[in-house]
Amino acid sequence: MNAGAGRPAEGGVAAAAQAMRAFTRRRIFWPLATLVLLLLFNLISNPHFFSITIRDGHLYGSLVDILNRAAPLMIISMGLTLVIATHGIDVSVGAVVAISAAVAATLIGGQLVISGGMQDVSRYPLPLVILAALAVAALCGMWNGLLVSYVGMQPIIATLILMVTGRGVAQLITSGQIITIYYSPFYFVGNGWVLGLPFSFFLVGAVLAAVLVLARRTALGLFIEAVGVNPVASRFAGVRARSITFWVYALCGFCAGIAGLIVSSNVKSADGNNAGLLFELDAILAVVLGGTSLAGGRFSVVGSLVGALVIQALTTTIYAAGVPPEVTLVVKALVVFAVSILQSDRVRNRLGALVGNEEVAR
Amino acid sequence: MRNPAAPSLAAPASAAGGARRAPRRLDPRHLPLVVTIALFLLMFGAGSVAFDGFFSLQVFLNLFVDNAFLAITAIGMTFVIVSGGIDLSVGSVIALTTMVSAALVEQHGWSPAVVIPLVLCLGAVFGFTMGVVIQYFEIQAFIVTLAGMFLARGLCYLISINSITISDPFYTHVSMLRIPFLFDTSISFNVVIALVVLAAAVYLAHYTRFGRTVYAIGGSEQSALLMGLPVPRTKVLIYTLSGFCSALAGVVFTFYMLSGYGLHAGGMEMDAISATVIGGTLLTGGSGNVVGTMFGVLIYGTIQTLIMFQGELSSWWTKIVMGLLLLLFCLLQKAFERRSARA
Amino acid sequence: MADGALPILEMKGISKRFPGVQALSGVDLRLFAGEVHAIMGQNGAGKSTLIKVLTGVHPADTGHILLEGAEIRPTSPLDAQRLGISTVYQEVNLCTNLSVAENIFIGREGSHGFAIRWKEMRRKAAEQLAELNLHIDVTAPLSSYSIAVQQMVAIARSLSAKARILILDEPTSSLAEEEVRLLFSVIRRLKSHGMGILFITHFIDQTFEIADRITVLRNGERVGEFPTAALSRITLVTKMVGREIAEAGARRTQAAAAPGAAAQEAAPFLRAEGLGKKGSVHGVDLEVRPGEALGLGGLLGSGRTETARLLFGIDRPDEGALHVAGVETDLSRPLDAIQRGIGFCPEDRKLEGIVGELSLRENIILALQSKLGIFRNLSRRRQQEISDEYIAKLGIVVPDAEMPVAKLSGGNQQKALLARWMATDPRMLILDEPTRGIDVAAKAEIMGQVLDLCDRGMAVLFISSEMEEVLRYSDRVAVMRDRRKVAEMASGDADEHTVFQIIAGGQA
Repeated sequence: MNAGAGRPAEGGVAAAAQAMRAFTRRRIFWPLATLVLLLLFNLISNPHFFSITIRDGHLYGSLVDILNRAAPLMIISMGLTLVIATHGIDVSVGAVVAISAAVAATLIGGQLVISGGMQDVSRYPLPLVILAALAVAALCGMWNGLLVSYVGMQPIIATLILMVTGRGVAQLITSGQIITIYYSPFYFVGNGWVLGLPFSFFLVGAVLAAVLVLARRTALGLFIEAVGVNPVASRFAGVRARSITFWVYALCGFCAGIAGLIVSSNVKSADGNNAGLLFELDAILAVVLGGTSLAGGRFSVVGSLVGALVIQALTTTIYAAGVPPEVTLVVKALVVFAVSILQSDRVRNRLGALVGNEEVAR
Repeated sequence: MRNPAAPSLAAPASAAGGARRAPRRLDPRHLPLVVTIALFLLMFGAGSVAFDGFFSLQVFLNLFVDNAFLAITAIGMTFVIVSGGIDLSVGSVIALTTMVSAALVEQHGWSPAVVIPLVLCLGAVFGFTMGVVIQYFEIQAFIVTLAGMFLARGLCYLISINSITISDPFYTHVSMLRIPFLFDTSISFNVVIALVVLAAAVYLAHYTRFGRTVYAIGGSEQSALLMGLPVPRTKVLIYTLSGFCSALAGVVFTFYMLSGYGLHAGGMEMDAISATVIGGTLLTGGSGNVVGTMFGVLIYGTIQTLIMFQGELSSWWTKIVMGLLLLLFCLLQKAFERRSARA
Repeated sequence: MADGALPILEMKGISKRFPGVQALSGVDLRLFAGEVHAIMGQNGAGKSTLIKVLTGVHPADTGHILLEGAEIRPTSPLDAQRLGISTVYQEVNLCTNLSVAENIFIGREGSHGFAIRWKEMRRKAAEQLAELNLHIDVTAPLSSYSIAVQQMVAIARSLSAKARILILDEPTSSLAEEEVRLLFSVIRRLKSHGMGILFITHFIDQTFEIADRITVLRNGERVGEFPTAALSRITLVTKMVGREIAEAGARRTQAAAAPGAAAQEAAPFLRAEGLGKKGSVHGVDLEVRPGEALGLGGLLGSGRTETARLLFGIDRPDEGALHVAGVETDLSRPLDAIQRGIGFCPEDRKLEGIVGELSLRENIILALQSKLGIFRNLSRRRQQEISDEYIAKLGIVVPDAEMPVAKLSGGNQQKALLARWMATDPRMLILDEPTRGIDVAAKAEIMGQVLDLCDRGMAVLFISSEMEEVLRYSDRVAVMRDRRKVAEMASGDADEHTVFQIIAGGQA
């Protein structure tokens, strides 16, 4: 990504200052700085904020809590980053979360049966349930991809259709009920612990690893950026633009599916109406905060991760400060406004002129 | 004498001097409207055949009574889509309007005579702000109005998490008002408002400079600019109008539901967009009319009524069917586009 | 045409520079009332820039514009309209979804008011069109009429705006013969009413038919202003595409006597038989052999780019067959062509060539990476090696390879594009106007590299509007006219005179 051009350092301090300046121009600087600021703010009001304790071999603490709660959002944002990088958008992620949860809950069945002291009856084996939920979520993503790349619909409309009808579909799957999940092995997804850390950490890590490998270790990242900036020129250079766009939406759906499993595992139920509600706003906000522009092109998966953490930290801060949680929605909306204005060409040119910048740090 | 430098032509063209259009069998401009009306008649007819009591004037009028607010919203949305934009905030502005009205009237004892004009202004200002951001900062309409959508809902919850029931006499009176119509049927006051808005919209769209500029922008914003039309000003006004319509729809909704609640009108933007597109407006802009949108709303109402009469299907089906119809019409529009591009 | 009268419009000493290229140098233009004045020149000659300066899109760097003796400085097309200078563009630039009457009247100065008075508008529109001898239903949407009629409506709009000068920018490109007749009768009528008309075109016959005087531009300079009667077709073509001072630099015909002869025997790498597509070109037969440079010459609109698009898989043909390396092939996307070793430098560098915000390095390796696929990723180090190699080879001037390619000059961008294809080690390269808008030094460097590759066995298809260039850099030349290939010859056998004759289409 765009670091500033390096000149030979003149001495250690100058080198450090140079590195510092180069770092500030990296896209990840601002989201990281915001996160650190938020955490520090919390630390001031709550001196125990950074403390981590170990109980029953598990790590506990506010920081762990933030990471845990942010897991679904982090995963969705990673998938959404790639979609936005192709100059697209996916507002159906929340609905896909609901659908994935609904599929899982329905396949497990809402029956409470206690045998041998354990609640362990599921209509279908757990691996099958998980596979089915993920497959359906991926199919939703492919549906979006089909409409956008092959039919040529505007991404907002294509995904808006699924956003609204998706919840209806989720309701249908659960036959209009809120299905409670009593199958305890399923709780592991959202509530389990591995090596002292919440299992969701590992899910996030796995998705991060997979996306980073795809994006940076293969040529996919380059192709995605090229398609987002100039689809025509990319096609003339041999990039399979339509195919790539299709799979990017499929991946986003798949990520939403994983998030759906975590969410339904956490609340031990599937609610067609409320599962994943407003996730789309949070996800878009996370991606945008992370430095990826809505106009497509350069993207940063790690940036979106940090963006998701910022949002979760923000929510936690607001709760801790005793401010009514309803405020968060207003704050988030205002931040989206602010960031898109800051990212707009007009403002960037104005700022660029002020700073005398040749390279516009996005 | 053969003119070797004359280009060989792509599209056939009728000689210009004394040119006439193809003889008018069916003006192709009206085709989308005809399709929509036919679809509506088909659905209403199917219901009449399938269910007893469906084929009645009151059932038809109830389509208007139950969906007056959607009609008003969709009419505002039509202007936005014709200009090539989109407004995702309409449902949330409706909810916000109900919440503000309820809070002011019930909790602060303000008079409806003050509250109603106030919320209308608020809606207009909300739309105006979004329009300015879209136009001045050149940010895509969908992201600005998406943020607006969440902002309005958030403001709702800020006022109150729970619903606020309205018991103010003015509201209850208007809500229960029934205006007698033909053959022992009746309509509510909301229907009157909706029809007035429809008439005003028709006038605005076809008889004013503003309306024609909206169509021009949808046809080609660049050409409209070159032709000297006040494009920036009009674009801001379009979103202001949409905000106003949403607020008016909110007032009508308040009469209908007698409460203010943050969850009101959830997903209504989709219904409004669906009604507009099914009514024949092109998503890409430049073509469409509010009468078609009205029929789109009637189709929505018919689907709802069909489901209600059926008794067993959940009301979620309405949204699903509308979503599928929207999809179908979008696909048809795309196919049409490709066919005429090839010609 | 009034002799001795003052011109209604005078442009004196107009110069305009864009980053990297001098678009206009000291151009003069005179237009008299009641005359049709044609402006001719190839792409890049400066015609459109001159018109943009006149209509206020760009301010001139130097020079004056005098309208009826008074200096004007239009700031925008609207401003120019208000001054009485109206333009009818090639793409018509009206709102085709609105009715004819609206397109004539809406948005104009002095037509304010909230409500529209339809009846009056319709009546006036019909009157205005009647003046042009056009009687159509003014309530119908503009889109229901042909381009020819739409142009008339645009002209009617200008008339109702009291234009004194009418600029017609390539008006006949999409017209059929009868429509051109009609347009000309309208132009003559306007002429007789004292309107000054600037007619921009690349069609020679039409110029001779309708224009009173012709100004020829070439490479941003005015070659001359001539009364039409005093000019012959051949002379005109020569002046438009004529001879550049011979430069030191690659010259194909010089270098390649022996390899050229040998190349004649080799099987063609690419063979097109009767290739065509509706609305594009017809019955094109072409062969390009390894080690051979085939030049494709012709005027604008003759179908050269359309042919290139068919050969590269951007468009799919309706008729005919394409053989690549002896095998009949159906290219369904550019990647198919690339995998068979074909590369393409498109005409519109900005829109179809460079991926602006990506770095120079990424732009250079993009096609190679596409060829390799998603999973055989070039490491960062390998990418840098490759891009450094070509940056050096082509002499691209950049502080470093990470610079976004949009910031490079035109010449460097073109080199970057060439580097992209060179990195794929192509067996054939199609170049569409590769030297347009580029300074002389870069031109020489680029063509030098291309010809060097050609000498080593790469096949080249070279499209240019500069006939002199086409002849200089090619072994064989094919000439296109009216979307068909009309002739082919060895460049050694051709002199410019013959080619110009073919292009001009008929005896001088």
